[in-house]
Amino acid sequence: MGVNPADRRYTTEHEWIKPEAEHYVVGITAFAQDQLGDIVYVELPKVGDQIEAGKAFGVIESVKTASDLYAPISGEVIEVNADLVEQPQNVNDDPYERGWMVKVRAADVSEIEQLLTADQYSEQTGE
Amino acid sequence: MNFTQLTPDDRQAMLGTVGVERVEQLFADVPAESRFPKLELPPALTEFEVGRYMAQLAAENASVKDWPCFIGGGAYNHYSPSAVGHIMGQPQFYTAYTPYQPEVSQGTLQASFEFQSLVCELLGMDVSNDSVYDGASAVGEAVLMAQRITRRERVVLAGSVHPQWREVVHSYLAARDVEVVTSSVSMGDTIEEERLVDLLDDTTACVVVQQPDVFGHVRDLNGLADAVHARGALLIIGVADPTSLGLVKPPGEWGADIATAEGQPLGLPLQFGGPWAGLMACKSEYLRQLPGRISGQTTDADGRRGFVLTLQAREQHIRREKATSNICTSQTLLAIGVTAYLSLLGPTGLREVARQSHAKAVYAANAIDALPGYRALTPRPFYNEFLVQTPLTTADVRHRLVERHILAGVPLFPEFDRTLLLAFTEQNTRADIDRLVSALSEMSV
Amino acid sequence: MTSTVTSVAAGVQPEPLLSELSRPGAPGHQLPPLDVPQVEDLGGQVLRRELNLPEIGELDIVRHFTHLAQRNFSIDSVFYPLGSCTMKYNPRINEDIARLPGIAHVHPLQPDETVQGALRIMFELQNVLAEITGFSAATLQPAAGAQGELAGMLMLRAYHLDRGDTRRNRVLVPDSAHGTNPATAAMCGFLTVPIRSDGEGNVDLAHLRAELDDTVVGLMLTNPSTLGLFDHNIVEVTRLVHEAGGLVYGDGANLNAILGICKPADLGFDCLHINVHKTFSTPHGSGGPGAGPVAVNANLEPFLPTPVVVRDDNGEFALEYHRPKSIGRLKAFHGHFAILARGLTYIRMHGADGLRAVSETAVLNANYLRVLLSDFFDLAYERTCMHEFVLSGRRQKRDSGVRTLDIAKRLLDFGIHPPTIYFPLIVEEAIMVEPTETESRATLDRFAEVMREIARECSETPKVVKSAPHHQPVGRLDEVTAARKPILHW
Repeated sequence: MGVNPADRRYTTEHEWIKPEAEHYVVGITAFAQDQLGDIVYVELPKVGDQIEAGKAFGVIESVKTASDLYAPISGEVIEVNADLVEQPQNVNDDPYERGWMVKVRAADVSEIEQLLTADQYSEQTGE
Repeated sequence: MNFTQLTPDDRQAMLGTVGVERVEQLFADVPAESRFPKLELPPALTEFEVGRYMAQLAAENASVKDWPCFIGGGAYNHYSPSAVGHIMGQPQFYTAYTPYQPEVSQGTLQASFEFQSLVCELLGMDVSNDSVYDGASAVGEAVLMAQRITRRERVVLAGSVHPQWREVVHSYLAARDVEVVTSSVSMGDTIEEERLVDLLDDTTACVVVQQPDVFGHVRDLNGLADAVHARGALLIIGVADPTSLGLVKPPGEWGADIATAEGQPLGLPLQFGGPWAGLMACKSEYLRQLPGRISGQTTDADGRRGFVLTLQAREQHIRREKATSNICTSQTLLAIGVTAYLSLLGPTGLREVARQSHAKAVYAANAIDALPGYRALTPRPFYNEFLVQTPLTTADVRHRLVERHILAGVPLFPEFDRTLLLAFTEQNTRADIDRLVSALSEMSV
Repeated sequence: MTSTVTSVAAGVQPEPLLSELSRPGAPGHQLPPLDVPQVEDLGGQVLRRELNLPEIGELDIVRHFTHLAQRNFSIDSVFYPLGSCTMKYNPRINEDIARLPGIAHVHPLQPDETVQGALRIMFELQNVLAEITGFSAATLQPAAGAQGELAGMLMLRAYHLDRGDTRRNRVLVPDSAHGTNPATAAMCGFLTVPIRSDGEGNVDLAHLRAELDDTVVGLMLTNPSTLGLFDHNIVEVTRLVHEAGGLVYGDGANLNAILGICKPADLGFDCLHINVHKTFSTPHGSGGPGAGPVAVNANLEPFLPTPVVVRDDNGEFALEYHRPKSIGRLKAFHGHFAILARGLTYIRMHGADGLRAVSETAVLNANYLRVLLSDFFDLAYERTCMHEFVLSGRRQKRDSGVRTLDIAKRLLDFGIHPPTIYFPLIVEEAIMVEPTETESRATLDRFAEVMREIARECSETPKVVKSAPHHQPVGRLDEVTAARKPILHW
């Protein structure tokens, strides 16, 4: 049992993806926000945009860095976390819940199976 | 002559510390066949000699201090109050570095913040950066910015935008397969331009206009922003002589999404082309796509107000290939000069500069219009510049005026070769203008 | 009632903003009365109504800017060992010359016959820059190093297209490169391929070979590198790129190390951008202006931006605009002339021997500091350096949790501007030191003493380093809030 919730999958680029009713929720991990430092801005796609697995779908900025956010799966963005505009620090304070970024309707559900489990991800980050 | 400060003893001791006998040994990594080449340069001069040499070369140039200047075309001979030069000449400004260590750069950062504030007010926009290279590259950067925001590529340029600004836009886009459409301009009884809205389509990222345009015409831009926005594109308005903004509605009030200006007329010397400062500002929703350096207000742990470079994550040193632009330097020292100029003039002074520049231009236009063989082509109203139809070629007229020690006209419109673009500022006396008119009247076919 | 005034040390008084100094009706600069008829013909639909500029008298404006200037470090007041920036003395004669009416008060569109002196200054500078770097021609138009890079890469692109080669779209860039390099490549529509450095700080030849093929536009290379090291294999590196049909673009940021020592053209570079505000002493102006001329070899000469200054058979100078293969112009007019005039002044004062003395002294000063500082900071590379070298603060971070950032802030308390920090990216807790040639030995010795003292503080009293600076008008500023909730104007 590690620090990363077991109810979701993880990517090598430090994103998490959690299944919900008819869609998936995407965010970044506790490890990632710690590496980035204080988040100052999150650039997210618009509702209706198509994202592609492995490709950048947004940018996350701290004072000194700006990193791409990589899509864990392909699909259509159906909702975006508007709170992050005023409160980007939610990503630091609560990366797994209030720090969620986008909700996606998946094009190919089997893509999820390729991703890391919580244990595999913990192993990768040495947590 | 050089400015090193090591004594022979210093060198000896330092070589010893480093563990070599001769300084040449420090260059062992340089391939032997390329080492210590002969530089074929003229012999070194002392400070006294180089001062004399450069002064001789400088004296070969006609300066606008000695000859009346009626040349505009993107740079204008306005008066710069003495204090502007002295403020820019303070060594703690001009020998300072980029304010990456804010605790020891509060002078620079606060001045930049003040510059940004004044630019917003002058251009009527929400946010500004700390300057880009010049008015032309500001337009280029604005186009790139509009493409990023709209995720479209096509660009529509008004033909009445300065030809060099348009060339710069083309250069910035040269490496990508982008359609750039320019409205055509024709010279009949007056200057007519193809309608810009007719050139819009749903792949257009932006429309670029100059206000007043390159022929000096103050355009009625009412409705343009709405038409451009209706097609999902952005409106970019560029200003060549921002003293015009003492009289003319600023880009923000015309609905511009991005506004640019050449800062030179705001107190900066002509310097045969630079350095100057490009002003660039936008609506608040586009802030994160604005290139260049930006100074922001904040506090330290004791609650003291201070300023820092902010939003740097967009810039080249962090984003690298994904940066908003490759821009690194800004024109900070010149931006400080512009800040000083606008402060010294204040609103009354700037309005007066604009009123006088305009009045002188109208006086001249009326007089030239009355000369046989000449006609002012720029539709009224114009600000301080207008295009005149001439009986001789541009080159001829300019040359004959040079013989009378008068500087006028620009070589910017080879396609309209019997014209002369004339600009006027508060520095042109009535007597000088009368001399110009008299000189023109003596030229006929 | 709380007082609005505070008693603090001189130089620490908070300075109001211009908007806070403004008083309605304060007298401003006066113009002479209008000597032609008044005109009121700009109709209501174009007329501006409100103009809210501050209203302040001249003395208070002058005081304001004087106070601001006093809050700045500057080369004139402190040592700036900023790696990669070449913060050398800015000679006063440069400033005198820049203010001559024939330099400062000349319009760029004046007829050529009225600006022969200015054109000659540019013509001479084109020639001397080409001679110093071993190339055959130069453009003086780019406004700064980054624009020079853009010019260079657009010329490389034009060169390949002119040969009918449309396959090339990859640019190789060492991982130690300055951020402008990949940003510029991207602006040209190219893909950037990072090339590793080897354990000695050279371009990794094996990796370079692996990435070279006929889709490579070329290599963007700084030599000496941003690590301050002269590449051991420079001739082989450029040869390999040429063999693959690519070109070598030179980033001349470190030219101060090799004036009269070697010519980039001789090492196989095809062009080089030059930072006049670094190597040739023009002032940094708190962040600009600069100038970024580009020297090129005969292959690239046809593609130079326009205009180029030429001389005809009668000895008359002119601006040549009609060059059919030119990449066009990158800015209005012809470049930062007043900066270029300063650069020519500097070069004419030095001559060949003076320029070589510049590089020899710059490299000696750097190696001297390298030896002194390696006693208490880790050196990134155990090699003779060129005009700059890189230290790592990793020992201090490991032993006492003090980071390079803290060390930099503590230097401010000793009246020294910190070196470049956290660049290049490939060195952990990087500290890049470039003393330049204009510093005296006393200044270098003092710097070493201060760094020794700070290193001691790191192990004995780390808190004083971590909470630095202590003696400036402001302490460390909240950059996070500044980025989250930007306040960018009053």
